[in-house]
Amino acid sequence: MAKTLFEKIWDSHAVETLEDGTTLLYIDRHLVHEVTSPQAFEGLRLAGRQVRRPNLTFATMDHNVPTHDRGTIADPISKAQIEALEANCKACGITLYGLNSDRQGIVHVIGPELGLTLPGMTIVCGDSHTSTHGAFGTLAFGIGTSEVEHVLATQTLRQSRPGTFRVEFTGRLQRGVTSKDMILKLIGQIGTAGGTGYVIEYAGEAVRALSMEERMTICNMSIEGGARAGMMAPDDTTFQYVANRPFAPKGADFDAAVARWRLLPSDPDAVFDRTLRIAADQIVPQVTWGTSPGMVIDVTGRVPGPADLPDFNRNDVESALAYMGLTPGTPMTDIKLDTVFLGSCTNARIEDLRRAAAVIKGRKIACHVRMMVVPGSEQVRLQAEREGLDHVFKAAGAEWRFAGCSMCLAMNPDQLRPQERCASTSNRNFEGRQGKGGRTHLVSPEMAAAAAVAGHFVDFRTFQ
Amino acid sequence: MDIFTTHRGLMVTLDRANIDTDQIIPKQYLKSIRRTGFEEGLFSDWRRLPDGRQDPAFALNQERFRGASILVARNNFGCGSSREHAVWAISQFGFRVVIAPWVIRGGSRVPGFADIFANNAVKNGLLTVQLGEAEVQTIFEMVERFPGLQATVDLAEQRVILHMDEEESFHFEIEDAVKSHLLKGLDDIAITLEQDAAITAYERNHGMD
Repeated sequence: MAKTLFEKIWDSHAVETLEDGTTLLYIDRHLVHEVTSPQAFEGLRLAGRQVRRPNLTFATMDHNVPTHDRGTIADPISKAQIEALEANCKACGITLYGLNSDRQGIVHVIGPELGLTLPGMTIVCGDSHTSTHGAFGTLAFGIGTSEVEHVLATQTLRQSRPGTFRVEFTGRLQRGVTSKDMILKLIGQIGTAGGTGYVIEYAGEAVRALSMEERMTICNMSIEGGARAGMMAPDDTTFQYVANRPFAPKGADFDAAVARWRLLPSDPDAVFDRTLRIAADQIVPQVTWGTSPGMVIDVTGRVPGPADLPDFNRNDVESALAYMGLTPGTPMTDIKLDTVFLGSCTNARIEDLRRAAAVIKGRKIACHVRMMVVPGSEQVRLQAEREGLDHVFKAAGAEWRFAGCSMCLAMNPDQLRPQERCASTSNRNFEGRQGKGGRTHLVSPEMAAAAAVAGHFVDFRTFQ
Repeated sequence: MDIFTTHRGLMVTLDRANIDTDQIIPKQYLKSIRRTGFEEGLFSDWRRLPDGRQDPAFALNQERFRGASILVARNNFGCGSSREHAVWAISQFGFRVVIAPWVIRGGSRVPGFADIFANNAVKNGLLTVQLGEAEVQTIFEMVERFPGLQATVDLAEQRVILHMDEEESFHFEIEDAVKSHLLKGLDDIAITLEQDAAITAYERNHGMD
């Protein structure tokens, strides 16, 4: 029977189908970070249980870490959480890429970078953006702390089978339009719960033409459309990215793996529960205006009001506009910015930094704008410094930081002040996400860089 | 884990859709390595005004909703971050049930709760009830009309009963696995460990010693 990519991976990882209709699914990689794991390790200890497969479990610290001075963590509670991860990994024999490791970074950046993420795998992590790894043709999704404990103890998860949802992007993107705009456009169309209960497979000419970095941006934000996982068929672009990564198979083993991975893409006659087509060539750069990723609009548009948005509750639109300090009818390009954040598991890979640097190079950031550049990993930072990108950013007036989640969720000191307005390459524009009272607009790295120079949003397609 | 069979309690309404886990428990509360004490952080940004005082307009600060144990909101409750701290905060504050509506958008049925939140809720004995949009609208209206309105949520019967002079009740759907898990208060890990032979066989078949 014809199968989808998702079905092939699900079926090959089913240890057992249980009486209640759920499936016991084997997990190939378990990624762990400091925020969602301490209670799981504590649970194991209290129950006298062991980590079943420490060699399939990899940890790093990213949410809490300082990006300015790594030597000192001023907040004692953050420090305790980081020390708890160190102690737990040591006690359980789990590999940890800690603050002194040049492999440290945002968990969803380092997985692919180290070759821990390989096609056909099941990958979980106590973080909703685990969907990122689906760009490699893996089934990857976020879990809560109870499930983290379950995977640590059993290397499996009990799961209900989700539905399948194929999103096809037809045609090619216009110049100056990015994969960030593709995923924001999709979320604007289906809403932030439109993919709930489904695993999305992204397909079509525009997807095939993307690099791995660009693909990861799309899969990363699947959860913002409600889908726990987003996937893409592995192809030569995938295999070239994976080749020679530290944990990837080598030599003949790699060739054998590629031969297996070529069987993963959905069969041509496979049936999906739901399908959607989007014309990629019609997409223009996107900017969010509200407090949910589905509150998004073309940069050429104007701030909408309740009457323009029949799918939203009036209350929600009014409170979003009030929180964001915006008036309906204002052209998006008139919105002035205080801060630009280039970072996060969505858009802080080396290509993202290169693209933003190409926009910034030889220019100055607008005098009223502060720009913070936070590489997604230490490997990204070191590579960027080898290429001189740090000098480009610093010469333009931006701050250059160490790797971490930073202002994407503002658990460390990198935070917006109340009413500070930020163009951000991250994934969530929720109230207070980047600091209490802070106002977030989600954009691509190119749009963020252009906005930093102009001091307000601009249509990157026409930016000179 | 706590067993959930039936629960009667006061209802409180939050008239917002897409309530994300960043609102339910802001990040500053995620630094704890303990499993308790999260009730302090529940909706903390919404509970307090910029000057730090309690916001009297926020439902959970109002005397009429003190002691509420059934939280009613709009669609897509618990979206965003996977943080289980959101469920811990809701439970530790005293809630046993959250009710939210599924809705039809673009011809498709959109669930009332985000996937990861709903999963985390089950693991902690917190019942998430999905009703139709009109039914939840009725609850919002009845809560305003009848101060102190209580409801009984009967999991075995899959019913929500509003205790007004003329009782009104709604049927809800729930996955069998979730229902039996809550009714029995099962320890997932203990159950899975009973499958140890199957897991070991899987590992052996896949070249893992």
